[in-house]
Amino acid sequence: MNMAALDIAPVPAGAAELDLAGHRLVCDPAGAIYLPEDGLLVVSDLHLEKGSSFARRGMLLPPYDTLTTLAALARLIGRYRPKSVLSLGDSFHDGEAATRLTPESASHLMTLMRGRHWIWITGNHDPHHPGALPGETCAELALGGLVFRHEPTRNAPAGEIAGHLHPAARIVWRGQAVQRRCFATDHSRMIMPAFGAYTGGLNIMNRAFHGLFDLAALSAYMLGKDRIYRVNRSYFEPAPRF
Amino acid sequence: MLRQMPGTLARRPAIATFAAVSKPETLDDTPLLPPQFLRWFQDKGWSPRQHQLDLLREADAGNSALLIAPTGAGKTLAGFLPALTDLATRGKGNAPGRGIHTLYISPLKALAVDIQRNLAKPIEEMALPISIETRTGDTPAFKRQRQKLAPPDILLTTPEQLALLIASKDAARFFEDLRYVILDELHSLITSKRGHLLALGLARLRRLQPGLQAIGLSATVAEPDMLRQWLVPQLESQNGSAALASLIVVEGGARPDITIMKTEDRVPWAGHSAVYALPGIYDAIKAHGTTLIFVNTRSQAERLFHDLWMINDDNLPIALHHGSLDVSKRRRVEQAMAANSLRAVVATSTLDLGIDWGDVDLVIHVGAPKGASRLAQRIGRSNHRMDVPSRAILVPANRFEVMECQAALDANYLGAQDTPPLGVGALDVLAQHVLGMACAAPFVIDELYAEVRTALPYAPLARETFERIVQFVATGGYALKSYERFAKIRQTADGSWRVTHPRVAQQYRLNVGTIIEAAALTVRLTRRSGKGINVRGGPVLGKVEEHFLEALAPGDTFFFSGRVLRFEGIRENECLVSEAKGFDAKIPSYAGGKFPLTTYLADQVRAMLADEERWRALPEQVSDWLRLQRDKSTLPQPGSLLVETFPRGNRSYMVAYPFEGRLAHQTLGMLLTRRLERARARPLGFIATDYAISVWGMRDLGKMFRSGELPLADLFDEDMLGDDLEAWLSESFMLKRTFRNCALISGLVEKRHPGQEKTGRQVTVSTDLIYDVLREHEPDHILLQATRADAATGLLDIGRLGVMLGRIKGHIVHRDLDRISPLAVPVMMEIGKERVPGEAHDMLLEEIAEEMTREMTDHR
Repeated sequence: MNMAALDIAPVPAGAAELDLAGHRLVCDPAGAIYLPEDGLLVVSDLHLEKGSSFARRGMLLPPYDTLTTLAALARLIGRYRPKSVLSLGDSFHDGEAATRLTPESASHLMTLMRGRHWIWITGNHDPHHPGALPGETCAELALGGLVFRHEPTRNAPAGEIAGHLHPAARIVWRGQAVQRRCFATDHSRMIMPAFGAYTGGLNIMNRAFHGLFDLAALSAYMLGKDRIYRVNRSYFEPAPRF
Repeated sequence: MLRQMPGTLARRPAIATFAAVSKPETLDDTPLLPPQFLRWFQDKGWSPRQHQLDLLREADAGNSALLIAPTGAGKTLAGFLPALTDLATRGKGNAPGRGIHTLYISPLKALAVDIQRNLAKPIEEMALPISIETRTGDTPAFKRQRQKLAPPDILLTTPEQLALLIASKDAARFFEDLRYVILDELHSLITSKRGHLLALGLARLRRLQPGLQAIGLSATVAEPDMLRQWLVPQLESQNGSAALASLIVVEGGARPDITIMKTEDRVPWAGHSAVYALPGIYDAIKAHGTTLIFVNTRSQAERLFHDLWMINDDNLPIALHHGSLDVSKRRRVEQAMAANSLRAVVATSTLDLGIDWGDVDLVIHVGAPKGASRLAQRIGRSNHRMDVPSRAILVPANRFEVMECQAALDANYLGAQDTPPLGVGALDVLAQHVLGMACAAPFVIDELYAEVRTALPYAPLARETFERIVQFVATGGYALKSYERFAKIRQTADGSWRVTHPRVAQQYRLNVGTIIEAAALTVRLTRRSGKGINVRGGPVLGKVEEHFLEALAPGDTFFFSGRVLRFEGIRENECLVSEAKGFDAKIPSYAGGKFPLTTYLADQVRAMLADEERWRALPEQVSDWLRLQRDKSTLPQPGSLLVETFPRGNRSYMVAYPFEGRLAHQTLGMLLTRRLERARARPLGFIATDYAISVWGMRDLGKMFRSGELPLADLFDEDMLGDDLEAWLSESFMLKRTFRNCALISGLVEKRHPGQEKTGRQVTVSTDLIYDVLREHEPDHILLQATRADAATGLLDIGRLGVMLGRIKGHIVHRDLDRISPLAVPVMMEIGKERVPGEAHDMLLEEIAEEMTREMTDHR
């Protein structure tokens, strides 16, 4: 087993490292992965402007979710100083979301993008390039043995990294329950947690995950406050609600 | 019985003494009753009762009135008499286009239905031209539609339906003939957010109909003036005196006969099960016709029911009744009860209010009554004939409860019953109301503000706060003004606020109300086959809240519906269970059903502890215990706080006795451990009961206090309610739960409706996430203020904690002992049994990580 992974440098404190299709991945407790060999930072499901998307339909949620999400992204960029950033789809909550960015959010985002290679993978919420923003848009991206796409596919070959499902693991221990967003992986493929401030989690026991993983090898890398906790499948509990 | 016709009661000699505070105009009985009523009474050989006539007289004089009467005094019919007589004499009813004449509002749907049945008879016998209908959540849409076009004379409904009615565009026409509003069980309605919504609704009715008279019906309360104020508009007070409704009081009949169960067996130090008293309870059931057994929580009910059947050698018909059971099961029990075919029913508070059935001749109350008025309500359940004393037996589950029962018993004899304070009008409720009023018609801010302040809970509302609420309703009220174009209501050129889109009114209608139902799952019994479970088949047993299931893992057992069940798993929205083999079950404790000790009763218990004279009323084993405490340590005194420290095992313990109830103590525990942490006392944990709190740690706490390294006065300083509280609150799951309620009630997020539960991930946003974002960017947002105000009186009870800290300032008595004191034993016995949920999640993950490492090492 790979339990001693934490000893290998240069993994930041609290992050976990794993191997996927020959690539070294650092799972950050903020919910992003970093590929040191490629200088690539990957986040998924930012759902920017989800708040204003709800506001359009009469639920006036606090309009600060984009600011919060971008601030978390800025911290990650400060920590890893990536050459490239890949946003794995559903970066914006709807097709017009990019046009609703407040001037403050828009300029913050531009600052983060400046001087970096930036890739928008399209998702079901944002099938097109986001408005007038820079960056390159594509439906999927292959990198060595890895393939990045928004929606996980059944029977995908090893090396697929996807988002879309917002995995979260729930465990019950000594009479207390805890649910956290997680990286779900059988060490052949991975589904990333959602990064956005207003994105919740879907329990990985949910049928949406059926058939995606080799169950015997499935682990959840759960996001703790400042470290990753790896938990095996035998500890997973289904969601108490739907 | 409460809902009986007056005659059956009036036939007996009048035992009820009568006290009308307002002056009777004339002493001779002016013909207040129209001829057909007098004839009807005569035909029956009855005569109207004094308080019924008094209420008629008040109504005739155009006054609003509060009628306070014990159960069994026929107060509901009295409440309707003014309406019935007025309707009988006003000429042809149901004239086309005529609106509602009388509105009756009760907290329970079932009560409205019950009242309709009971009023139908006299109306029919007197051939009165009066139509009566109910309107509840169960009323079909076509009937509601018809009611709007052709309103009945009397409409029986609930606070939520009233909110909907006044928010409709034709409200003014619907209520144009309204003369009376009758508010039943007023004492139980007004202290909750539901009461706040109702107060606002009443204010609107008065605006529509300035001459409207309110008639409040209430059980005995300690502060009737609060209810009297509530019933009438609170205008800017002239010479400082508040406006009051007239008061009519029917004094209680026979004094209830209440005893505390005497037992040979030892009363336990701690716990809630009262197993020790089972034989006594069983004997009492055998000695009476029908016994109602009340407990404080659902799990206690399940447990006791189970235990009683274990010793039910005579096979007495004993049933179980609580709110989570399937409706059909509850109805069956109720029917059996009405038919007098049961000997005992174990029940929770679902039976607290309202409908009475059968001839109950004994009430047994297991566990501490927690609030004296709760006790009074429950005792009133037995024997609804005012001239025969109610019989009740209290069964304390532990020694502190013995004292509490004795105090409650004294309180009942003194008639000093408490209602929780009315509370300042909740802002989330106000937000809901403001949107509703905009749906009815465009409003002008000055007028609506003035109207809202006529409602007692909102009388102190500041103009600035009201404006912030209007802004909140309009665009969310955020400092960042990015939602102007999505506004729900908008100020128009003439200065009035109106809804921007018909969809807004539709949303409002779907989300009205203040009762937040915890998401519940249906419990279905299945058979266990070799592997997996039989998914089909099996009866539905009832519903459990999701947080009850949070901590259950497949294979765990629990009591439900009178059986021991094994939790199998969750499928769709059903909790699948199978019959468990054993007789024992793990019952997950859940805090929801536990009522904290009320302030009044806490005072009584403190006073009793300090007064050795009063110990004589207590069983010997309890008074012995107190004497032992006096000799080994000291007794807590009313004006001070006793803090004991002692070593035990390799830990140092501190036990304090504030008697402020579990919620306030839990908050205190959180704050104390933070402070001890900072003082490097290395605290490890704490436990709170209704009476005491125990904190333990690695360092010698007694020494730290004595040496002045950490003065007790500093530890218990009121300033803990400042920064420490703020810091703790930011992570507190309890605040998040409170926020969720506020977000739902205020309309920030929408309620989930049955049948439209979303399976996707994007359709709802967790209120926890909203809370985090809002708190980060706008900690002073009006909804966070509302949340904190709620928490202060609700789950955290900060208000009560603050009063306590202020009171004991400079009056802390420290006893540094070399061993545990007698009084500390109960709280110490709770250690390990209870837990504070939701606080130590990362620690939990840490433990699991360790456990897994260990497993892997073992397997290697």
